[in-house]
Amino acid sequence: MAQVVVVTSGKGGVGKTTSTAALGAALAQGGESVVVVDFDVGLRNLDLVMGAERRVVFDLINVVQGDAKLAQALIRDKRLENLSLLPASQTRDKDALTDAGVERVVAELREKFDWIICDSPAGIERGATLAMRHADMAVVVTNAEVSSVRDSDRIIGLLDSKTERAEKGLRMPKHLLLTRYDAARAARGEMLKVEDVLEILSIPLLGIIPESQDVLRASNLGAPVTLASPTSAPARAYAEAVKRLRGEQIQVSLPAEQRGFFGKLFGRRAVA
Amino acid sequence: MNLLSLFRRRDSAPVARERLQVLLAHERAAVGGSDLVAILQEEILAVIARHVSVDRDKVQIKLDRGDPISTLEIDVELPSRLRTTGTPRVGGAGQGAMARG
Repeated sequence: MAQVVVVTSGKGGVGKTTSTAALGAALAQGGESVVVVDFDVGLRNLDLVMGAERRVVFDLINVVQGDAKLAQALIRDKRLENLSLLPASQTRDKDALTDAGVERVVAELREKFDWIICDSPAGIERGATLAMRHADMAVVVTNAEVSSVRDSDRIIGLLDSKTERAEKGLRMPKHLLLTRYDAARAARGEMLKVEDVLEILSIPLLGIIPESQDVLRASNLGAPVTLASPTSAPARAYAEAVKRLRGEQIQVSLPAEQRGFFGKLFGRRAVA
Repeated sequence: MNLLSLFRRRDSAPVARERLQVLLAHERAAVGGSDLVAILQEEILAVIARHVSVDRDKVQIKLDRGDPISTLEIDVELPSRLRTTGTPRVGGAGQGAMARG
Protein backbone atom coordinates (compact mmCIF):
# COMPACT_ATOMS: atom_id res chain seq x y z
CA MET A 1 0.00 0.00 0.00
CA ALA A 2 1.19 3.49 -0.86
CA GLN A 3 2.65 5.63 1.90
CA VAL A 4 2.13 9.38 1.96
CA VAL A 5 4.91 11.13 3.89
CA VAL A 6 4.92 14.84 4.70
CA VAL A 7 8.29 16.50 5.23
CA THR A 8 7.60 19.47 7.47
CA SER A 9 9.25 21.75 10.04
CA GLY A 10 7.43 25.01 10.66
CA LYS A 11 10.63 26.99 10.38
CA GLY A 12 12.14 27.78 6.99
CA GLY A 13 15.67 27.02 5.93
CA VAL A 14 16.17 23.92 8.05
CA GLY A 15 16.43 21.53 5.10
CA LYS A 16 12.93 20.35 4.15
CA THR A 17 13.45 20.54 0.41
CA THR A 18 16.95 19.04 0.53
CA SER A 19 15.61 16.24 2.72
CA THR A 20 12.57 15.62 0.52
CA ALA A 21 14.84 15.25 -2.52
CA ALA A 22 17.37 13.06 -0.69
CA LEU A 23 14.78 10.80 0.97
CA GLY A 24 12.85 10.45 -2.28
CA ALA A 25 15.96 9.61 -4.27
CA ALA A 26 17.24 7.20 -1.61
CA LEU A 27 13.90 5.35 -1.63
CA ALA A 28 14.01 5.18 -5.44
CA GLN A 29 17.64 3.97 -5.33
CA GLY A 30 16.32 1.15 -3.15
CA GLY A 31 13.93 0.14 -5.93
CA GLU A 32 10.70 1.77 -4.70
CA SER A 33 8.54 3.83 -7.02
CA VAL A 34 8.51 7.35 -5.65
CA VAL A 35 7.02 10.77 -6.38
CA VAL A 36 8.19 13.93 -4.62
CA VAL A 37 5.50 16.64 -4.50
CA ASP A 38 6.25 20.33 -3.99
CA PHE A 39 3.54 22.05 -1.92
CA ASP A 40 5.39 25.35 -1.69
CA VAL A 41 3.14 27.18 -4.13
CA GLY A 42 4.62 30.50 -5.22
CA LEU A 43 8.10 29.66 -3.95
CA ARG A 44 8.85 26.36 -5.59
CA ASN A 45 12.36 24.99 -5.20
CA LEU A 46 12.12 21.22 -5.26
CA ASP A 47 12.39 21.35 -9.08
CA LEU A 48 15.69 23.20 -8.73
CA VAL A 49 17.15 20.84 -6.12
CA MET A 50 16.08 17.87 -8.26
CA GLY A 51 17.61 19.46 -11.37
CA ALA A 52 14.31 19.50 -13.27
CA GLU A 53 13.67 23.26 -13.35
CA ARG A 54 13.88 23.46 -17.13
CA ARG A 55 11.41 20.66 -17.69
CA VAL A 56 8.40 22.04 -15.78
CA VAL A 57 5.33 22.47 -18.00
CA PHE A 58 2.33 21.84 -15.75
CA ASP A 59 2.22 21.89 -11.96
CA LEU A 60 0.24 20.82 -8.89
CA ILE A 61 -2.19 23.74 -9.20
CA ASN A 62 -2.96 22.88 -12.85
CA VAL A 63 -3.77 19.33 -11.77
CA VAL A 64 -5.76 20.41 -8.71
CA GLN A 65 -7.85 22.76 -10.86
CA GLY A 66 -8.28 20.20 -13.63
CA ASP A 67 -6.35 22.19 -16.27
CA ALA A 68 -3.89 19.34 -16.78
CA LYS A 69 -3.89 15.60 -16.28
CA LEU A 70 -1.67 14.22 -13.54
CA ALA A 71 0.41 12.27 -16.07
CA GLN A 72 1.12 15.51 -17.97
CA ALA A 73 2.42 17.30 -14.88
CA LEU A 74 4.63 14.51 -13.54
CA ILE A 75 8.31 14.87 -14.47
CA ARG A 76 10.29 11.66 -14.56
CA ASP A 77 13.82 11.90 -13.16
CA LYS A 78 16.55 11.48 -15.77
CA ARG A 79 18.80 9.45 -13.47
CA LEU A 80 16.23 7.19 -11.80
CA GLU A 81 13.28 6.05 -13.87
CA ASN A 82 11.23 5.11 -10.78
CA LEU A 83 11.48 8.66 -9.35
CA SER A 84 9.08 11.45 -10.38
CA LEU A 85 8.46 15.04 -9.42
CA LEU A 86 5.20 16.93 -9.21
CA PRO A 87 6.28 20.59 -9.13
CA ALA A 88 4.49 23.49 -7.45
CA SER A 89 3.32 26.53 -9.34
CA GLN A 90 5.68 29.49 -9.24
CA THR A 91 3.15 32.12 -10.29
CA ARG A 92 0.02 31.26 -8.31
CA ASP A 93 -0.50 31.55 -4.56
CA LYS A 94 -1.49 29.04 -1.92
CA ASP A 95 -5.19 29.97 -2.08
CA ALA A 96 -5.34 28.17 -5.41
CA LEU A 97 -4.95 24.88 -3.51
CA THR A 98 -8.29 23.44 -2.44
CA ASP A 99 -8.76 20.70 0.11
CA ALA A 100 -10.91 18.64 -2.24
CA GLY A 101 -8.48 19.13 -5.12
CA VAL A 102 -5.46 18.06 -3.06
CA GLU A 103 -7.38 15.05 -1.75
CA ARG A 104 -8.17 13.94 -5.30
CA VAL A 105 -4.56 14.37 -6.49
CA VAL A 106 -3.14 12.49 -3.50
CA ALA A 107 -5.62 9.65 -4.08
CA GLU A 108 -4.56 9.49 -7.71
CA LEU A 109 -0.86 9.46 -6.75
CA ARG A 110 -1.54 6.57 -4.35
CA GLU A 111 -2.61 4.49 -7.36
CA LYS A 112 0.64 5.12 -9.22
CA PHE A 113 3.41 5.15 -6.60
CA ASP A 114 4.68 3.28 -3.51
CA TRP A 115 5.82 6.48 -1.82
CA ILE A 116 4.45 10.01 -2.07
CA ILE A 117 6.81 12.47 -0.37
CA CYS A 118 5.23 15.88 0.19
CA ASP A 119 7.57 18.85 0.64
CA SER A 120 5.72 21.25 2.93
CA PRO A 121 6.18 25.02 2.77
CA ALA A 122 7.48 26.75 5.91
CA GLY A 123 4.92 28.25 8.26
CA ILE A 124 1.61 26.92 9.53
CA GLU A 125 -0.70 28.41 6.91
CA ARG A 126 -2.83 26.77 4.25
CA GLY A 127 0.04 25.33 2.18
CA ALA A 128 1.59 23.64 5.20
CA THR A 129 -1.69 22.29 6.57
CA LEU A 130 -2.74 20.95 3.15
CA ALA A 131 0.66 19.27 2.68
CA MET A 132 0.20 17.34 5.94
CA ARG A 133 -3.56 16.83 5.63
CA HIS A 134 -3.60 13.43 3.88
CA ALA A 135 -0.28 12.08 5.16
CA ASP A 136 0.16 8.61 6.66
CA MET A 137 3.33 9.67 8.46
CA ALA A 138 5.43 12.77 9.03
CA VAL A 139 9.12 13.56 8.92
CA VAL A 140 9.79 16.57 11.16
CA VAL A 141 12.97 18.29 10.01
CA THR A 142 14.71 20.11 12.86
CA ASN A 143 18.00 21.87 13.49
CA ALA A 144 19.60 21.72 16.94
CA GLU A 145 18.73 25.35 17.55
CA VAL A 146 16.09 26.95 19.79
CA SER A 147 13.77 28.53 17.21
CA SER A 148 13.72 25.41 15.04
CA VAL A 149 12.90 23.16 18.01
CA ARG A 150 10.10 25.46 19.12
CA ASP A 151 8.56 25.53 15.63
CA SER A 152 8.85 21.75 15.35
CA ASP A 153 6.95 21.41 18.60
CA ARG A 154 4.17 23.56 17.15
CA ILE A 155 4.08 21.48 13.96
CA ILE A 156 3.87 18.27 16.01
CA GLY A 157 0.78 19.76 17.68
CA LEU A 158 -0.79 20.45 14.26
CA LEU A 159 0.06 16.94 13.01
CA ASP A 160 -1.82 15.57 16.00
CA SER A 161 -4.88 17.75 15.46
CA LYS A 162 -5.31 19.04 11.91
CA THR A 163 -4.62 15.95 9.80
CA GLU A 164 -7.12 13.48 8.43
CA ARG A 165 -5.61 10.71 10.57
CA ALA A 166 -5.90 12.83 13.72
CA GLU A 167 -9.52 13.70 12.96
CA LYS A 168 -10.32 9.99 12.59
CA GLY A 169 -8.78 9.40 16.00
CA LEU A 170 -5.78 7.57 14.53
CA ARG A 171 -2.20 8.05 15.64
CA MET A 172 -0.02 10.05 13.27
CA PRO A 173 3.45 8.47 13.18
CA LYS A 174 6.11 11.17 13.42
CA HIS A 175 9.85 10.89 12.89
CA LEU A 176 12.53 13.38 13.78
CA LEU A 177 15.17 14.17 11.18
CA LEU A 178 17.90 16.24 12.76
CA THR A 179 19.67 18.14 10.00
CA ARG A 180 22.76 20.36 9.76
CA TYR A 181 24.08 18.69 12.88
CA ASP A 182 27.59 19.49 14.03
CA ALA A 183 28.71 16.79 16.46
CA ALA A 184 31.91 18.64 17.36
CA ARG A 185 30.01 21.78 18.42
CA ALA A 186 27.47 19.71 20.36
CA ALA A 187 30.33 17.93 22.17
CA ARG A 188 31.78 21.32 23.12
CA GLY A 189 28.44 22.43 24.57
CA GLU A 190 27.85 25.04 21.88
CA MET A 191 24.91 23.28 20.24
CA LEU A 192 21.96 21.30 21.57
CA LYS A 193 22.75 17.61 21.64
CA VAL A 194 20.72 14.93 19.85
CA GLU A 195 19.45 13.70 23.23
CA ASP A 196 18.34 17.22 24.22
CA VAL A 197 16.20 17.62 21.10
CA LEU A 198 14.80 14.11 21.42
CA GLU A 199 13.88 14.65 25.05
CA ILE A 200 12.16 17.97 24.34
CA LEU A 201 10.19 16.86 21.25
CA SER A 202 9.76 13.20 22.32
CA ILE A 203 9.28 11.67 18.88
CA PRO A 204 11.47 8.84 17.54
CA LEU A 205 14.67 9.64 15.67
CA LEU A 206 14.76 8.89 11.95
CA GLY A 207 18.28 10.11 11.34
CA ILE A 208 21.00 12.65 11.97
CA ILE A 209 22.25 14.49 8.91
CA PRO A 210 25.62 16.10 9.56
CA GLU A 211 26.31 19.66 8.40
CA SER A 212 28.25 19.16 5.21
CA GLN A 213 29.52 20.95 2.13
CA ASP A 214 28.26 18.04 0.05
CA VAL A 215 24.65 19.19 0.56
CA LEU A 216 25.28 22.63 -0.97
CA ARG A 217 27.35 21.07 -3.72
CA ALA A 218 24.45 18.71 -4.54
CA SER A 219 21.90 21.52 -4.79
CA ASN A 220 24.35 23.55 -6.89
CA LEU A 221 24.45 20.61 -9.27
CA GLY A 222 20.69 19.99 -9.18
CA ALA A 223 20.93 16.48 -7.77
CA PRO A 224 19.74 14.94 -4.51
CA VAL A 225 22.80 14.43 -2.29
CA THR A 226 22.31 10.65 -2.33
CA LEU A 227 22.87 10.78 -6.11
CA ALA A 228 25.45 13.59 -6.30
CA SER A 229 27.82 12.13 -3.70
CA PRO A 230 26.49 8.71 -2.62
CA THR A 231 29.40 7.95 -0.30
CA SER A 232 29.35 11.30 1.53
CA ALA A 233 28.33 11.48 5.19
CA PRO A 234 24.93 13.14 4.55
CA ALA A 235 24.10 10.69 1.75
CA ARG A 236 24.85 7.73 4.02
CA ALA A 237 22.74 9.31 6.75
CA TYR A 238 19.78 9.75 4.37
CA ALA A 239 20.17 6.17 3.11
CA GLU A 240 20.03 4.98 6.71
CA ALA A 241 16.99 7.18 7.45
CA VAL A 242 15.17 5.63 4.49
CA LYS A 243 15.80 2.13 5.84
CA ARG A 244 14.16 3.18 9.08
CA LEU A 245 11.28 4.79 7.17
CA ARG A 246 10.72 1.40 5.51
CA GLY A 247 10.46 -0.14 8.95
CA GLU A 248 13.93 -1.61 9.42
CA GLN A 249 15.08 -1.51 13.01
CA ILE A 250 18.64 -0.25 12.84
CA GLN A 251 20.78 1.73 15.24
CA VAL A 252 21.02 5.44 14.43
CA SER A 253 24.61 6.35 13.72
CA LEU A 254 26.20 9.69 13.07
CA PRO A 255 28.08 9.29 9.81
CA ALA A 256 31.29 11.29 10.07
CA GLU A 257 32.94 13.36 7.42
CA GLN A 258 35.91 11.59 5.94
CA ARG A 259 38.65 14.18 6.29
CA GLY A 260 42.24 14.06 5.20
CA PHE A 261 45.12 14.68 7.58
CA PHE A 262 45.05 18.46 7.14
CA GLY A 263 41.27 18.49 7.31
CA LYS A 264 41.47 16.79 10.71
CA LEU A 265 44.08 19.28 11.89
CA PHE A 266 42.30 22.42 10.76
CA GLY A 267 38.70 21.31 10.22
CA ARG A 268 37.54 22.05 13.76
CA ARG A 269 38.82 25.60 13.70
CA ALA A 270 37.11 26.23 10.38
CA VAL A 271 33.61 25.48 11.68
CA ALA A 272 34.01 27.17 15.08
CA MET B 1 39.10 35.37 19.68
CA ASN B 2 41.75 35.85 22.34
CA LEU B 3 42.79 33.45 25.08
CA LEU B 4 40.76 35.16 27.80
CA SER B 5 37.45 34.90 25.98
CA LEU B 6 38.19 31.24 25.35
CA PHE B 7 38.29 30.62 29.09
CA ARG B 8 35.40 32.90 29.94
CA ARG B 9 32.95 31.31 27.50
CA ARG B 10 30.25 29.19 29.13
CA ASP B 11 28.53 26.34 27.39
CA SER B 12 25.39 27.78 25.81
CA ALA B 13 23.67 24.52 24.86
CA PRO B 14 22.44 23.75 28.41
CA VAL B 15 20.94 27.25 28.59
CA ALA B 16 19.14 26.68 25.28
CA ARG B 17 17.84 23.35 26.53
CA GLU B 18 16.45 24.80 29.74
CA ARG B 19 14.84 27.80 28.02
CA LEU B 20 13.12 25.52 25.54
CA GLN B 21 11.82 23.15 28.19
CA VAL B 22 10.17 25.96 30.15
CA LEU B 23 8.80 27.73 27.06
CA LEU B 24 7.33 24.60 25.48
CA ALA B 25 5.70 23.47 28.70
CA HIS B 26 3.74 26.74 28.59
CA GLU B 27 3.04 26.72 24.86
CA ARG B 28 1.72 23.16 24.93
CA ALA B 29 -0.66 24.13 27.73
CA ALA B 30 -1.81 27.24 25.89
CA VAL B 31 -2.59 25.55 22.56
CA GLY B 32 -5.02 23.05 24.05
CA GLY B 33 -7.00 25.16 26.48
CA SER B 34 -7.74 28.83 26.82
CA ASP B 35 -5.26 31.50 27.75
CA LEU B 36 -5.56 31.29 31.51
CA VAL B 37 -3.25 34.21 32.19
CA ALA B 38 -5.31 36.57 30.02
CA ILE B 39 -8.52 35.44 31.74
CA LEU B 40 -7.03 35.88 35.21
CA GLN B 41 -5.84 39.33 34.32
CA GLU B 42 -9.26 40.42 33.03
CA GLU B 43 -11.15 39.01 36.01
CA ILE B 44 -8.80 40.42 38.61
CA LEU B 45 -9.12 43.87 37.04
CA ALA B 46 -12.91 43.52 36.90
CA VAL B 47 -13.03 42.82 40.64
CA ILE B 48 -10.93 45.88 41.40
CA ALA B 49 -12.98 48.02 39.02
CA ARG B 50 -16.13 47.13 40.95
CA HIS B 51 -14.80 49.13 43.90
CA VAL B 52 -12.64 51.84 42.38
CA SER B 53 -12.29 53.29 38.93
CA VAL B 54 -9.21 51.84 37.30
CA ASP B 55 -7.28 53.78 34.71
CA ARG B 56 -6.21 51.16 32.17
CA ASP B 57 -3.10 53.15 31.30
CA LYS B 58 -1.94 52.87 34.88
CA VAL B 59 -2.13 49.11 35.09
CA GLN B 60 1.14 47.28 34.74
CA ILE B 61 1.08 43.60 34.00
CA LYS B 62 4.14 41.43 34.32
CA LEU B 63 4.27 37.77 33.61
CA ASP B 64 7.17 35.53 34.44
CA ARG B 65 6.84 32.09 32.95
CA GLY B 66 9.00 29.86 35.08
CA ASP B 67 9.48 26.35 36.26
CA PRO B 68 7.92 25.07 38.49
CA ILE B 69 5.73 28.17 39.01
CA SER B 70 4.80 31.22 37.00
CA THR B 71 3.90 34.54 38.49
CA LEU B 72 1.38 37.04 37.23
CA GLU B 73 1.91 40.44 38.71
CA ILE B 74 -0.79 43.06 38.28
CA ASP B 75 0.20 46.48 39.51
CA VAL B 76 -2.78 48.84 39.73
CA GLU B 77 -2.34 52.47 40.57
CA LEU B 78 -5.23 53.77 42.70
CA PRO B 79 -6.03 57.45 43.25
CA SER B 80 -4.65 58.30 46.75
CA ARG B 81 -7.85 60.02 48.00
CA LEU B 82 -9.69 56.73 47.90
CA ARG B 83 -7.24 55.16 50.31
CA THR B 84 -7.61 55.43 54.08
CA THR B 85 -4.27 53.88 55.03
CA GLY B 86 -1.06 52.57 53.53
CA THR B 87 0.66 53.38 50.27
CA PRO B 88 -1.18 54.64 47.22
CA ARG B 89 -0.20 51.57 45.21
CA VAL B 90 -1.58 48.08 45.44
CA GLY B 91 0.29 45.14 44.03
CA GLY B 92 -1.88 42.16 43.26
CA ALA B 93 -0.02 38.96 42.57
CA GLY B 94 -1.62 35.78 41.38
CA GLN B 95 -0.17 32.48 40.28
CA GLY B 96 -0.26 31.97 36.55
CA ALA B 97 -0.97 29.00 34.38
CA MET B 98 0.96 25.82 34.96
CA ALA B 99 -1.52 23.25 33.73
CA ARG B 100 -0.11 21.08 30.94
CA GLY B 101 -2.52 20.23 28.18
